[in-house]
Amino acid sequence: MSFTQNLIAFVTIARKEIVRFMRIWSQTLLPPVITQSLYFIIFGAFIGSQVKDINGIKYMAFLVPGLVMMGVINASFANVVSSFFGNKFQRNIEELLVSPTPNWVIIAGFVAGGVLRGLIVGIIIFALSFLFVQPEITNIFLIFIFIFLTAVVFSLGGLINGILATKFDDVSIFPTFILTPLTYLGGVFYSIQSLPEVWQNVSKLNPVLYMINGFRYGFFGDKASDVNIWISLIMLAVSSIILYIICNTLLNKGTGLRS
Amino acid sequence: MLAIDIKNLTKTYKTGTKALKGINLQVEEGDFFALLGANGAGKTTIIGILTALVSKTAGQVKVFEYDLDKNINQVKNQIGVVPQEFNFNMFEKVIDIIVAQAGYYGISREIALPKANFLLEKLGLADKKNVVSRTLSGGMKRRLMIARGLIHEPRLLILDEPTAGVDVELRHGMWEFLNELNTKGTTILLTTHYLEEVEQLCQNAAIIKEGQIIKNDSVKNLLKSLDKETYVIETENLSKQNLKLKSFKTNFIDVNTFEVIVEKKNSLNELIMELSQANIKVNGIRPKGNRLEEMFLDILSKK
Repeated sequence: MSFTQNLIAFVTIARKEIVRFMRIWSQTLLPPVITQSLYFIIFGAFIGSQVKDINGIKYMAFLVPGLVMMGVINASFANVVSSFFGNKFQRNIEELLVSPTPNWVIIAGFVAGGVLRGLIVGIIIFALSFLFVQPEITNIFLIFIFIFLTAVVFSLGGLINGILATKFDDVSIFPTFILTPLTYLGGVFYSIQSLPEVWQNVSKLNPVLYMINGFRYGFFGDKASDVNIWISLIMLAVSSIILYIICNTLLNKGTGLRS
Repeated sequence: MLAIDIKNLTKTYKTGTKALKGINLQVEEGDFFALLGANGAGKTTIIGILTALVSKTAGQVKVFEYDLDKNINQVKNQIGVVPQEFNFNMFEKVIDIIVAQAGYYGISREIALPKANFLLEKLGLADKKNVVSRTLSGGMKRRLMIARGLIHEPRLLILDEPTAGVDVELRHGMWEFLNELNTKGTTILLTTHYLEEVEQLCQNAAIIKEGQIIKNDSVKNLLKSLDKETYVIETENLSKQNLKLKSFKTNFIDVNTFEVIVEKKNSLNELIMELSQANIKVNGIRPKGNRLEEMFLDILSKK
């Protein structure tokens, strides 16, 4: 297909994805807002008022980037995995498979949906934080790059999960047993500097830590980041490429899609 | 030109099931071709391979001279498919389903919308275009899939049991539409269990049994090969003992009805003569079933 035809196919998939999550906004956009509001109230306002500042940053302010990133990670992953598996389950993925749409366009279309839902959720949570704390922004460009690349990585992750899933249980195994622990232990609520050295080193094996810290760097600069910003950026970029290659290989092989 | 050219096609599923055992099949451009066979014979596997939903194990498949292995996207562009099972998003509107399908072929919304409206009009779904698809009746859902399969104007339309569950009136309307489409040049490959449909619509047919093609001929020739036909005779107060005809095999059904098998060498005149010689009062006479159906059952039982 020509570039214009590929663009039309991409817009068609992305549009379908956006219409889908907007149509069921009470299941896709509202729950993270409610959950993160509770985190703001309980951890930020109630408990946070008794927690001392972290490197000169109020605990509530420290919490904001972590909670935004947590919302973005969960929303972008959930969007793609549930949509792709739903397409497989209803067999309407066949509409795409019988068409000449290239696999990279299919990936781009689904990822666009996941990224957009992630960004919308992130923006709503960030806007919500204004009720509790005055935002501090050091580098808006870095904030955008980190939130965007994180949404891409987890959308691709969701797509891989969706391709490999054969039943509804498979859709929730990865988020429950891997994604949630990695996110909670990835520095959303604390700085790893408060941990013993052994656990600091163990934490550094968690990729989510780099995403959250890189994002937090955009707000507070050096004083809030536990890891090197460049390592974080390179890791995100490399993860995106590796996950894309995995997605493309699975689609080319027809794993879980062709008999 | 050949619309479909399949050579030595085999398919063995991961479970070990050999669905296709060296199929050779040629369908000419412009043909209305029927692929017949019992459930599990391999019809849907052939369609799956043609539409790239099933990977072949071995063999060569060409569609309008495009090789499936080398030019898969060109092959996909030539084909429109109407699958056996409903496979559209049940939560989307009818028009959105069709326009999105066009998008997957690189056709913009501006171009696709009037085409979709035209197809919905032709298929009697114009007033349902903004309705959520799950609320449609079974027949409407089938017609929606036909509209979706035609939105990119394919040269080859593949219909996997398109009239299953469709009422008689609608079925005849669909036949008319498909006939018109074929007359305008679209090659059609059809699988169906309604053999009346094949007799009405198709020029050529192949019969597939256990992954092999056992008959491939024109529908006319297939019907000619039928060497006997069964008639149902309605009569009055007949007993099994009285039912004796010299040249015909009979099968007693009840006191008012029996079946007679008329072989090719006999004529209906001979049957009528014998019935009257036997003093059997005939109130009605009709063929037992569809002629193609008899031929089909005959072939399947022979091989």
